[in-house]
Amino acid sequence: MKRSPLAILSLLLALGGLILPAGGDGGVLAQMAPTVIFVAAAVAVFVARSTFSLVALLLLVHVGAFMLLGMLSSFAAAPPLLGYWCMVVAAWLLAWLAVQRLAEFTVTSRQLQKLVNLALPLLFGAWLLILWELVVRGFGVPTILLPPPSMIASRIAASVPTLWADFQQTYLKAALAGYAMGCGAGFVAAIIVDRVPFLRNGLLPIGNLVAALPVVGIAPIMVMWFGSYWQSKAAVVVIMTFFPMLVNTVAGLAASGAMERDLMRTYGSSYWQTLVKLRLPAAMPFIFNALKINSTLALIGAIVAEFFGSPIVGMGFRISAEVGRMNVDMVWAEIFVAALAGSLSYGLITLVERAVTFWHPSYRT
Amino acid sequence: MTEARGPIVQFCFDRVIPVGTILLVIIALWYVFSVVLNAPFERDQAARAGTTIATSQLLHNTMWQERPVLPAPHQVAEEIRKTVFDLRPTSKRSLVYHGAVTLSSTLLGFVLGTLLGILLAVAIVHSRTLDKSLMPWIITSQTVPILAIAPMIIVVLNAVNITGLLPKAIISTYLSFFPVAVGMVKGLRSPEIMHLDLMRTYNASRSQIFWKLRWPASMPYLFTSMKIAVAISLVGAIVGELPTGAVAGIGARLLAGSYYGQTVQIWAALIAAALMAAVLVSLIGIVGSLVNRRMGVRS
Repeated sequence: MKRSPLAILSLLLALGGLILPAGGDGGVLAQMAPTVIFVAAAVAVFVARSTFSLVALLLLVHVGAFMLLGMLSSFAAAPPLLGYWCMVVAAWLLAWLAVQRLAEFTVTSRQLQKLVNLALPLLFGAWLLILWELVVRGFGVPTILLPPPSMIASRIAASVPTLWADFQQTYLKAALAGYAMGCGAGFVAAIIVDRVPFLRNGLLPIGNLVAALPVVGIAPIMVMWFGSYWQSKAAVVVIMTFFPMLVNTVAGLAASGAMERDLMRTYGSSYWQTLVKLRLPAAMPFIFNALKINSTLALIGAIVAEFFGSPIVGMGFRISAEVGRMNVDMVWAEIFVAALAGSLSYGLITLVERAVTFWHPSYRT
Repeated sequence: MTEARGPIVQFCFDRVIPVGTILLVIIALWYVFSVVLNAPFERDQAARAGTTIATSQLLHNTMWQERPVLPAPHQVAEEIRKTVFDLRPTSKRSLVYHGAVTLSSTLLGFVLGTLLGILLAVAIVHSRTLDKSLMPWIITSQTVPILAIAPMIIVVLNAVNITGLLPKAIISTYLSFFPVAVGMVKGLRSPEIMHLDLMRTYNASRSQIFWKLRWPASMPYLFTSMKIAVAISLVGAIVGELPTGAVAGIGARLLAGSYYGQTVQIWAALIAAALMAAVLVSLIGIVGSLVNRRMGVRS
């Protein structure tokens, strides 16, 4: 059996964890964690690859990680010593090995394969958080620079009403309204532009250019025109989302093949019939691409516009106000909400896309 | 069928005339809106003075207001001319000075972001573990409004004494590596299976496959995503300048203009940023088409 150098390195580090002092006041966890991690490393090095050894490795490395997390509270007085860092690096290497083996793991059942494919990024993300917590608290990084995830989580739990009010103001009012208007207007404009070749030749280069411009810059002007309430943010979002939608839809309307269009002509179908039955369905992948791009842009536009003036509620307002007061954990809580909202809306659009463009080669299996 | 025309004449008919017409229409609309939007202020002034204002006077006044709701195009052009050509480039009021500040952090961030994106893409293409575990996160993080937290990154880095060019460049890097990474993964995977098999029959090593097949094949993808990356790193640099107390840069001009109601200054800064974006994107487009031609890509 070929042994990977990573596994051997992790075994050496785990040995270091066993021998070297870890610091702290040495509770039960401090006595058990080195053993657990050492056993995990031993499994990685000496036990032949099988389903059993993979499960054992995954289990052991996570138990070890949680023990390390538990040890953190004992480092309040003095920073952790070398033994602790040996264990952290060993646990990290072992987690990497486990993910690697899981990725190479061949399963016959399709549902199990789906589960594995879902577990891989989740494990990766979980380890990002674990390492973040271990390193930030272990090194005693000032919380203003980077607060540990546990601190952010407790801040989120403690200020749900504020976060909800901000979310309502920025996402449900400004971003959604602007998104709907901008995408709708872009879509209608694209159909008109597609009908008139002169407009297509003239407007598309300009549209391409505007799509690359720093459109967020118009935020101060919109705040001057429409006041500091959500209408001005929606206006920024409308302008930001209009051009990506226009450009993508026009490209999509040109996507149907000449042969298919000829077929429609032989059927004697009118312009509108061809549009609805052939060209719009063919344009759907492009339109959904624009919808996805715009879902991110809308949130960015709404938040950035709030930096230029807003009522005392909203995600952008909260971010700039709490940065000024150096409450970085609250800022991170808002970022988490924004990231969650962004990812969920992206996911939702992807689901709708799959339902609408089920015929597209990328979804056929 | 249209009759055959020379390429230059064809270009005029296809591009110059339509684009020129649309631009003229936009400028005309701009004038109309500036009159309509600025008129209430003039009428108000006249009413306060107890007089009525003649239409010709109204037209003239709306186009030369000190702090208009919407400045007329010639006011913006005048402001740009004044701040670009009349002032020394080292002056704090010169648009060239502010533009250079923004441009330098844009370019630094863009270069760093492109390198990072290429490195990530190479790692993802060559490692199954990274592909399966990292790729979903790269796509997810595109849905995160990074731009919205740009001010926080600046303030926090300032708190630990990292100031100047670097914090803004970090934001630009963060924004610009995503399109490059995603585009390059696609590009490095674009060679067909048949070509990869051919390389294998030649007994090519992994690095040979990379340098002789994958890398050249990814060039069109690289330049397409670099165009997006440079545009977005300019946006990142501008937004990054907002919270630094409005010291220097296009973003600082925007913020200062919005504080003091200097609409002409805001519009001038916006147009300057737009021109900069257009120049940067088309420069990369030109380099891209040159490289593609050398690589034998036919459009």
